Amino acid sequence: MGEKLLELKDLSIDYKIKDGYLSAVNKVNFTIDRGEVFAIVGESGCGKSTLAHSILRLLPGGNEIVTGEIHFKDEDLTLVDQERMEHVRGKEIGMIFQNPLDSLNPVFRVGDQIEEALLLDDMSEEDAYKRVIELFKDVKMPDAEERAKSFPHELSGGMRQRVMIAMMLSRNPELLIADEPTTALDVTIEAQILEILKQMKKEFNAAIMLITHNFGLVAEIADKIGVMYAGEMVEQGDVFEIFENPQHPYTKLLMKALPSGTKNDGRLQTIDGSVPRITEKKPECRFANRCPLADEKCRTENPPMEWISDTHYCKCFHLGEEEK
Amino acid sequence: MSKKKEKANKPKKVILNQRFDDTFRQCIHNSNFMIGFFIILSVILIAVFSGVLEPYPYDEQMVGPRLEGPSWEHWFGTDNYGRDELSRVIEGSKLALWVAFLGASVELALGITIGLAMGYFGKWVDRTFSFLTDLTWCIPGTILALAVVTIIGKGLTNTIIAVSLVAWAGYARPVRSKTMSLKNMAFIETGRAFGESSRAIMFKYIFPNVVPSLIVMVSMNLPGTIMSTTTLSYLGLGSQPPSADWGLALSDGMKFISRAPWLSIYPGLALVYTTLGFNLLGEGLRDILDPHMKSQ
Repeated sequence: MGEKLLELKDLSIDYKIKDGYLSAVNKVNFTIDRGEVFAIVGESGCGKSTLAHSILRLLPGGNEIVTGEIHFKDEDLTLVDQERMEHVRGKEIGMIFQNPLDSLNPVFRVGDQIEEALLLDDMSEEDAYKRVIELFKDVKMPDAEERAKSFPHELSGGMRQRVMIAMMLSRNPELLIADEPTTALDVTIEAQILEILKQMKKEFNAAIMLITHNFGLVAEIADKIGVMYAGEMVEQGDVFEIFENPQHPYTKLLMKALPSGTKNDGRLQTIDGSVPRITEKKPECRFANRCPLADEKCRTENPPMEWISDTHYCKCFHLGEEEK
Repeated sequence: MSKKKEKANKPKKVILNQRFDDTFRQCIHNSNFMIGFFIILSVILIAVFSGVLEPYPYDEQMVGPRLEGPSWEHWFGTDNYGRDELSRVIEGSKLALWVAFLGASVELALGITIGLAMGYFGKWVDRTFSFLTDLTWCIPGTILALAVVTIIGKGLTNTIIAVSLVAWAGYARPVRSKTMSLKNMAFIETGRAFGESSRAIMFKYIFPNVVPSLIVMVSMNLPGTIMSTTTLSYLGLGSQPPSADWGLALSDGMKFISRAPWLSIYPGLALVYTTLGFNLLGEGLRDILDPHMKSQ
């Protein structure tokens, strides 16, 4: 599509724990081009958020080991110093968090919080205020002037998420990382937020890395999808290809687990079991214990990356096989 | 457009006024707060207008007979140099407030900065300063302050610094625990994702959230600071003669306690009055600001 903006090369994140290591993210590769929306899908605990936080170096700190490369434009973010990182955060890569309810400083008015951020960029106070109102209008905040004077606790969840988005857009980042931006919100607000994100993408040509477990959201907005399971990117490709032709058994099961049709279709399908805790890296497919197609090979060898088309790959031995 | 804005502004103003009214009413109805407030206000007024209120210069000797009891000319009597005791007690209020102000400033500056750093950075910073705060708590404060004064020298300002160097731990610990609980909150992460430096996070994001609990702590700790400084003055390490410090006056008065008890009683009463004022003020503020008390 456009030029490469972010490229992850063999990124692995391990947490040091009492009895060794916990592999949260394992050898993940992907690229995001300018103006593109890349969605990462997966169930809770599969490493999506860890991956997102690691890009901005926002992991709790202390006991995680990050290996691999994170190329943003033409530098490796794993190597830059703290000062440069602080400059990248907010200015070049913005991030929206999952829980808007306590993502804002409770003691300042929301307008002032955004203004404060704008002042980091040498803007006059008057211009900053005007820009805040403009941004609030951009994110469809009702009563923009009024709301800028509100404290976070006076706003609803949807409004607070709008404030967050306005805040992250205020400095025109080239990449926006949205970590489950709508999980805590109801469906109508979700649709509005989605609309805002779409508009942002169009207007500012911003790339968005969307982390979600909501396939509906993905279908609406994403250009590319990466499906994560237990810290590994098991399938990745163009949004249409994945939806039409899912290859990995996990992706297929996820699609089946989507509610569709009427309630007469019977119970919603689920995937048995849960994401395993990976404490040692051994050659095996991490999905083997829950996979309907798993055989001996899956438990002893790492599945290779199989390219289905130029833009679509999948890590599995059983491509094209149907469930027995 | 402007009309619309006006309309939108109105209800907000009412709410703000109402909130202010509520707090104001709570203050009025809290007898502890009101009594404390007026006591401290009176001390401040006395200190400010000390030049007008003092009937005689506080350090001029022989304005009356020596060691004379309270009379119309000398309401609080006179001391062994024939100085007017009332003037000296009034002059002492300035020193007491200076102690409260400077002491609180130094204690807060140290306590907040160190507390924030302990809570925010954790690890060795936390361990080192936790050790120091534990140390200041297991040795009696006065003795520690005595040790500091002997190192940095006598004098009121030095005494205040010595007391503050011991008392900062009282602020650092609560600030530390508050910081630790705040630093994992989502809005801190937002700040970091927004490109704020560690220092900005500490002072712009965490500190404002610590302030409400500090206000109460300050008014509760101030009497302690005044008392410790007075103690050191009493022991002869703080204010030096001819200063009108209440602690110094107490220790001078001790020599004549049986002949001229008024020399100890009036400075002592002034001291009790001031510390009581701060205590009541703190007590009242705690009740007003504590949300748990509000619901009752």
